[in-house]
Amino acid sequence: MKLAYWMYAGPAHIGTLRIASSFKNVHAIMHAPLGDDYFNVMRSMLERERDFTPVTTSIVDRNVLARGSQEKVVDNITRKDQEEHPDLIVLTPTCTSSILQEDLQNFVERANLDAQCDVLLADVNHYRVNELQAADRTLQQIVQYYLDRADRKGERPEGKTEKPSVNIIGFTTLGFHNNHDATELKKLMTDLGIEINAVIPEKASVQDLKNLTRAWFNLVPYREIGPQTAQYLEDRFGMPFVDITPMGIVETARCIRKIQQVVRSQGAEVNYEGFIDEQTRFVSNAAWFSRSIDCQNLTGKKAVVFGDSTHAAAMTKILAREMGIHVVLAGTYCKYDADWFQDQVGEFCDEVLISEDNGAIADKIAKLEPSAIFGTQMERHVGKRLNIPCGVIAAPIHIQNFPVGYRPFLGYEGANQIVDLVYNSFTLGMEDHLLEIFGGHDTKEGITKTMSADSDLTWTKDGLTELNRIPGFVRGKVKRNTEKFARERGVSEISAEVLYAAKEAVGA
Amino acid sequence: MTLANAKPEAQNLEFECDTGNYHTFCPISCVAWLYQKIEDSFFLVIGTKTCGYFLQNAMGVMIFAEPRYAMAELEEGDISAQLNDYAELKRLCDQIKRDRNPSVIVWIGTCTTEIIKMDLEGLAPRLEAEIGIPIVVARANGLDYAFTQGEDTVLAAMAHRCPTSAEVKTEEEKEERNGIQKLLSFGRKKEDGATAATDSEYKDHPNLVLFGSVPDPIVTQMTLELKKQGIKVGGWLPTKRYTELPVLDEGDYVIGMNPFLSRTATTLMRRRKCKLIGAPFPIGPDGTRAWIEKICSVFNIEPQGLEEREAKIWESLEDYLAIIRGKSVYFMGDNLLEISLARFLIRCGMTVPEIGIPYMDKRYQGAELALLEKTCHDMGTALPKIIEKPDNYNQLQRIKATQPDLVITGMAHANPLEARGINTKWSVEFTFAQIHGFTNARDILELVTRPLRRNSSLKDLGWDKLVKEEATV
Repeated sequence: MKLAYWMYAGPAHIGTLRIASSFKNVHAIMHAPLGDDYFNVMRSMLERERDFTPVTTSIVDRNVLARGSQEKVVDNITRKDQEEHPDLIVLTPTCTSSILQEDLQNFVERANLDAQCDVLLADVNHYRVNELQAADRTLQQIVQYYLDRADRKGERPEGKTEKPSVNIIGFTTLGFHNNHDATELKKLMTDLGIEINAVIPEKASVQDLKNLTRAWFNLVPYREIGPQTAQYLEDRFGMPFVDITPMGIVETARCIRKIQQVVRSQGAEVNYEGFIDEQTRFVSNAAWFSRSIDCQNLTGKKAVVFGDSTHAAAMTKILAREMGIHVVLAGTYCKYDADWFQDQVGEFCDEVLISEDNGAIADKIAKLEPSAIFGTQMERHVGKRLNIPCGVIAAPIHIQNFPVGYRPFLGYEGANQIVDLVYNSFTLGMEDHLLEIFGGHDTKEGITKTMSADSDLTWTKDGLTELNRIPGFVRGKVKRNTEKFARERGVSEISAEVLYAAKEAVGA
Repeated sequence: MTLANAKPEAQNLEFECDTGNYHTFCPISCVAWLYQKIEDSFFLVIGTKTCGYFLQNAMGVMIFAEPRYAMAELEEGDISAQLNDYAELKRLCDQIKRDRNPSVIVWIGTCTTEIIKMDLEGLAPRLEAEIGIPIVVARANGLDYAFTQGEDTVLAAMAHRCPTSAEVKTEEEKEERNGIQKLLSFGRKKEDGATAATDSEYKDHPNLVLFGSVPDPIVTQMTLELKKQGIKVGGWLPTKRYTELPVLDEGDYVIGMNPFLSRTATTLMRRRKCKLIGAPFPIGPDGTRAWIEKICSVFNIEPQGLEEREAKIWESLEDYLAIIRGKSVYFMGDNLLEISLARFLIRCGMTVPEIGIPYMDKRYQGAELALLEKTCHDMGTALPKIIEKPDNYNQLQRIKATQPDLVITGMAHANPLEARGINTKWSVEFTFAQIHGFTNARDILELVTRPLRRNSSLKDLGWDKLVKEEATV
C-alpha cells in the first residue's frame, strides 16, 4: 500500500479510453463499477466537447460479483453496436476487472459473432501500466489489428505514395495542447513539401489504417504515445520513423534534418537547410528573442522543470541551450522511461529527479528556490504557496490548459509560444520581487488616492531624477511610500537621499 | 420498525426500473464534503489509482488545499495477499497519526476491498486499540451505491459511535457535545446580558437529533427555525468535530435532512432504537414548512406563523418564478435529491415529465413522495414518471423527442446537450450549494434559472444548435 495524495499519470483504462475516443466512430465499453465513467466528465468539461463521449460502462455490481458478468458484457456490446453502428468497440478492462479475472477475451469473441462492428479487448493491465503506457499499447494494438486483417484479406495497398509522405502518430484527446500541435505539424509538413498520409489516432477512421504503409515514414512527436506503433511499423513493414520532438528551435531543426535524411534515403532529392535557416532567423521570433536584451536579463536565472518525459526534456533543453537559463533541476514522473530522460537532459541541468511523488518535487522546489517553475498544475500550486511563478508545460492539467486560441508547443509557432510562456513567467516573478523591495502591494495606508497631485511635499530635481529611474510599474508605489516616509519624519523636501532612506526604511 | 406517525399514503405515482446504465459520481466523493464538515477527521480511501484519479479530478482545486484525505493505494502485492493488510494499514495510519493527529480516521472501503474481501470492519477495532485513534469503516463503493449514498454509509457507521447519556458523565463533556446550543445561546447572552438558561423558551419534548451533513450556516438556520417553534435540537449527526458527536439514547427522536440517508435512518432505528420522524425534506419553502410541521405534530406542538413565513418566501421568489412558470424540467438522475427538487419545482409552476433517480427508498422517502403527489394535484399537473436506475441512452432518446426546457444532468451530458440547443443545469451543484430551509429557496432557483437567464440573453444570436448533423447519441 502506498499513501498517496495526488498522482501524475492516471490509471491504465484512461489511456485506452483516450485512444478509443480519439478515433472517429470507435466506442469503448468499460467493464467497471458505477462511477468509473468519470472519463466522460473530463472529456466533456476539459475539451468542451460538443458530442457525447463514445464511452459507456458495462456495470459491475453485486450480481456480477456473485454470478459473473455472464451475458451482460456481450449484450452491452451488441446493443451499442445496434444503437450507434461504430466501426470498432474496444472492451476496456479496469482495476476491478483485473481482479475479477473474468475471461473478457471470451466475451469479445462471442460478441464478434453477433456484432456488425469489430470488437477488441484492450491488452492493458491496471497493476502493471499507467495511463500513458496503456495509451501507447492500445494504439499499437488497434493499428496491428487492422493491418493484419488488411493483409489477410489482401486489402492493404502496395507501395508508397508518389511524393514523400508521412504518418503523424500520437495526437489524442485530453493530450496537452495536442490539437494545436497537430495543426502546427501538418503545416510544417506542408511547408516541407511532405504529404500527410495519415494523422492518428485523433479524428482518424480505423478503416483507413490499412493505408498507413503507403507513407514514406512515421513522425512520432511525443515520447509517451506513439513509439510502440512506430516501432511495430518499422519491424513489420520496414517503415523508418523520426522520434525527435520538434519543440524549441534547435530540436525542430534537428527533427527536420532527420526527416531530410529519411526522405533522401528513399530517393527524394530534398534540401531543407534553406527552410530551416529562413524560419529560424526571420520567421520565428524565438531565435531573435534569445539574442535580445530581454533574454539577456534571464541569463543564469534558476528554473526547475518537471513534467512528462517529452515536455520536461524539451523544456529543459530550450531553457538551458536557447535562453541561457540555469536549470537547477529537471524531473519527470515517467519512471518507466527514466534512462531515456536522464540521457536527454543530463548535460543541461544540475540534477535529475525521477519521481511520482508530488511531495518529493515540492520539497525540492522549496529547497532550491528557483525564480520560475515549469511543471504541471501540481507544481503551479506549489509555486503559489511558495510565491514562485509557474508556467504549465505538461499534464496533469486543468480546463485553463485547453485554450480556445491557437497555442501549439511544437514547431516554429510553438517556439514563439514557449518564449512568451517563459518570458511572462520570469517577468511576473521580477515584478513581484520589485514590488516587494519597494514596499509591497499594501496600499491601505495610502496617503493620497491620486498618484501625483496636490501633495504638500516638493521633490528636488535630483529626487525626481532618481524617482524616474524606478521602473514604471512600481514608480507610483515608491513615490507614495517615500512621501509617507517624509511626512512621518517632517521632511518637506524630498531629495534622492530621502528617497533611498525611505527605501531602506521600508526594506528594514 | 418504529416509524413515528407513519400513515400509509395512496401511491399513484408510476415507478419504473431501467438498466442502471447511467452516469453518476462514485460514492467515495463524499469525502470531499465530509472532511470539510468534520474538521478533526481524516479520510483514508483504501482503493486503487482509479479511485484516486476520480477524487483528484472531481475535487479540482480542493486537492491543493492539503486536504485531510489520502488514498491508501493498493498495489499488486496487496491484491495477491503477498503483503499483510493489517501491517500495511498500520504503517499508513501511524504515518497519518504522526503527520496530522486526527481525532478519527475514516476508512472508505472501495470496490477493490470488496472484491478481495479485505476485512476492514474486523481490522479496524484491533488497529484502533493499538494506535489509540477511533477508526470508522464505511463501505462507500460503486458496486453498491451512487454518489451521495456515500455520505449515508459514513453517517450510518458514525451513528454507532454516538455516545449514550450514560456514557457522557462529566459536565465538560456534556458541554462539548452541545456545541450548537452553545453557539446559539452565546449570541443571545450578549444580547440580553442574562446568563444562559434559555431552556424556558423551549417546549417540553423528547430529545431530537437531526442527521445529514449540511454546511454550518444551514445548521444555524434550521436550529433557529425549530427554536421559533420551541423545539430544541439535541444534536446533529455529523457535528463539526468528531469528539462532539451527539448523545443518542433509546427512544430519542431523529429526522433526516436529506433524501439519501436511508441506511443512516435504518441504523438509528434498529441499532440505536430511535424513533424516525418521516417527513418531506426541508428543500424549498414548501418542503421546509412540511418538515417543521411534521416535527411539531409528532411533539404535539401547534406550529406558529409557518403559513405566513412560507407565503412571504414565495412572494420574494416571484421574479424567479416568472422565468420558470409553465416550463418543463427533466431529471436524468444521479444524486437522489431528485424527488424533493422536482416536488419544489412543480410547486413553482414547472412541469416534470420524468424523474430519474439512482435508488428509490419508498419507505424513507414516503412522506416526500406523498407531498410530491399532493403538489401535482394542487398544481393540476400530471404526475411524473419515476425511473429508478435509469439508462442514460434511453433517456437521451426521450429528451430528444420531447425537448424539455431544462435538463438537470451530470457533466458528461451537459455540454453535448447544450450544443444541441437543450438547456442544462449541472446536477452536482445542487449537492454542494446551500439548498435547505426557507432562506435558501432562492439559491435553488438561482441555480435552476441560471441556464434559462443566460440562454435568453444569448437567444437572438441565432446559434443555439452547434453541431453539424444531428448525430445519434
